[in-house]
Formats: sequence, structure tokens, C-alpha cells
Amino acid sequence: MQDIARNTIIAILFIASTSVVFAQASQEKAPFLIVEKYDDLAYIFEQNNDTTYVINFWATWCGPCVKELPYFETLHKQYKDQKVKVILVSLDFKRQIERKLIPFVKKRQLQAEVIALTDGDYNSWIDKVDTDWGGAIPITIVYKGNKRKFHGEEFSDYEDLEKLVKLFL
Amino acid sequence: MRALIKISFLLLAVAGIFMAATSSVDFGLKVGDKAPSFKLKNVDGKYYSLEDVKDANGEKPKGYILTFTCNTCPYAVMYEDRLVELHNAMAPKGYPVVAIMPNDTDIKPGDSLEAMGKRAEDKGFDFLYLIDEKQEVFPAYGASRTPEIYLLDSDMIVRYTGAIDDNAQDASAVKTNYVMDAVASLEAGKSPDPAKTKAIGCSIKVKR
Repeated sequence: MQDIARNTIIAILFIASTSVVFAQASQEKAPFLIVEKYDDLAYIFEQNNDTTYVINFWATWCGPCVKELPYFETLHKQYKDQKVKVILVSLDFKRQIERKLIPFVKKRQLQAEVIALTDGDYNSWIDKVDTDWGGAIPITIVYKGNKRKFHGEEFSDYEDLEKLVKLFL
Repeated sequence: MRALIKISFLLLAVAGIFMAATSSVDFGLKVGDKAPSFKLKNVDGKYYSLEDVKDANGEKPKGYILTFTCNTCPYAVMYEDRLVELHNAMAPKGYPVVAIMPNDTDIKPGDSLEAMGKRAEDKGFDFLYLIDEKQEVFPAYGASRTPEIYLLDSDMIVRYTGAIDDNAQDASAVKTNYVMDAVASLEAGKSPDPAKTKAIGCSIKVKR
């Protein structure tokens, strides 16, 4: 009888420990937020405080996007102590998040916040981001409170990006 | 006389401001505009204009499903099979697909005419796959990304612009086939609704 009780406890402990391992493993898999519906992401454009939000839409398959990512990383580091928040919204396809986006983010050791948006009904939300946006990436939105700028192409260099952000500081 | 000059300057200034204000919002062709004609090189090495295009029955088309697309953009690639299906379904009805590759091939060597020809063969493109070598056609249309559709009627009037359907990532999960619906509207003598949609795509690579 004691044996059964002991074995049961061991079994429970074993199951519990493996599930913790699984949870850790899946957490490691996606070190960022994955959002399936744009409306669940809309809040990042609606923050009404004194932080300047720099939101970039990109994807690992987009050459010009990848080229300008270091500018955003530099911005994130340079303005760490100020009220500047950089968010990199990836539009990588749902089925490529595990295979491409996660390894990419890990390899590059991206420090700025990454969010994967997998909502494929693009026509339903592109205008909500900005009516000037045709749909090509990269684009960047910078805003603070009611002040807002839409940058519909890649930045030529870090200074180009910093210049835009400084308008808000 | 002086007053007249002053007034004309004032009018010019006002017109300038007005034009600047409107052009910054939207450029290129809008629904209802007449599309410019062109003559571009096809993957077979010959030059074609829309006037040379026939539908699946050898007749003058009732419309054209003009698409800016390329070999290298993942979104465009995801739509390749659907483009073939679209052509096979619509060309017999009088609406053939005409594809134009707008990228600069120095920036995107994978979009060279040779690579285009290979893709057209591999995928069984039964439609023109033209190259906008001088990069003059896509700006005239106001195309900004691949893939992007311009549905023209027989008078070359733009009747629909935007995406093929509402799910680039998964053809089996498509709810609305924008282009097929738009063609059906034209066939019924109606204006497509929606006449304009947006989709994520790759920016067109312009010669530096």
C-alpha cells in the first residue's frame, strides 16, 4: 500500500516535472508575442502617454526590412533611458514563425520588442494602421499622444531614423 | 493688368497647394481611370502590348487581369499557383491574366528575364509574363508592390485594384475571391464592390 502511494507520488512528480520542461521549451521557442488578429494588437497604436512609440513593420523575407533592423536596435539601445519604445512587428507567415522568425530573432539577439502579427486578412486592417499605407513593407509609425508620423519606406541610415524620432522628444 | 497677374498667381498658388495635398495621399491610377498602354518584352523574347492579347477563345478580351508580380517576393510566389488557376478559370470567360515583372534585375537577379522564363515554364504560366525593363510602366500605373492586381475592362478602364483574395498565406482558407467576384460583377454589368483592396507585399525594387 505504501509502495503504491510512493509510486503514485513519484509518477505525479515525474509528470509535473516533464510538463514544466515542456512549458519552458515552448516558451523558448517563441521569445515574443504572437498575435493572430490585428484588433488584438491595435492597442500598441493607441497608447496615450508621454512615451514615443516607434513601430516598424517588417519580415525576415523582406530585404530592405532586414537591412534597416540594426537602425532600430541602435535606437533602442541609445534611448534606453528615455521614454522611447521600439516595437518590431513581424509579418512573417504563420507557418514560418518557428522555422524562420524564431531562429532569426535569436541569432540576431534582437533587444527591441518583437511581436509577430499573423492576421492574413490584410485588407481588413492595413487602413487601420494608416490609410497612406499601400501594403508594401517596410513602414514605420512614430507617435506620441496625438502626434503621429507615417514613414512609408526604409530609412537610408540610422541618422535618418533618429532624425524622425527626435521630432517627438 | 497688375491685379490680373496677382490674381492669376494667387490662383496658381491655390491650385498648387490643392494638387500637393491630393497627390501626396494617392498616386497612380484609380478605379475609373484609363490605363496607359505599353509594349513590353515577354519571356519568349517578343514584345507585346495589351492590344496583342487574346482570350482563351482567340477573341478580343472583355477585360484584362493585369498583375504586377515577380519571382522573388514570397507573397508573389504564394500566389503563383492561384494566378495560374485564375487564368485558367477566367481566360475562357474573356479575362486573361497578363503579368508584369517590375523589379530592377540588378537588385533582384532572381527576377531576370531568364529566371522569369524558367519560372513560367516550371509553373505552367499560360499567360504573358512581361518585364518592365525601363521601369516606366509600373510608375504609370502607380503600382507599389508585388503582387498587385489591376482589373481592366475592354476599354482599358481600371475597375478593380488590389489583392487576388483575402488570404495570401493559405489558399484553402480564402473567404473572398476579390478578383473573381470583380469579374463576376463586370459580367453582370455592375461595378465591383469592393473596387479596391489592400494587401501586404514586397516593395518594387527601383534602379538606384
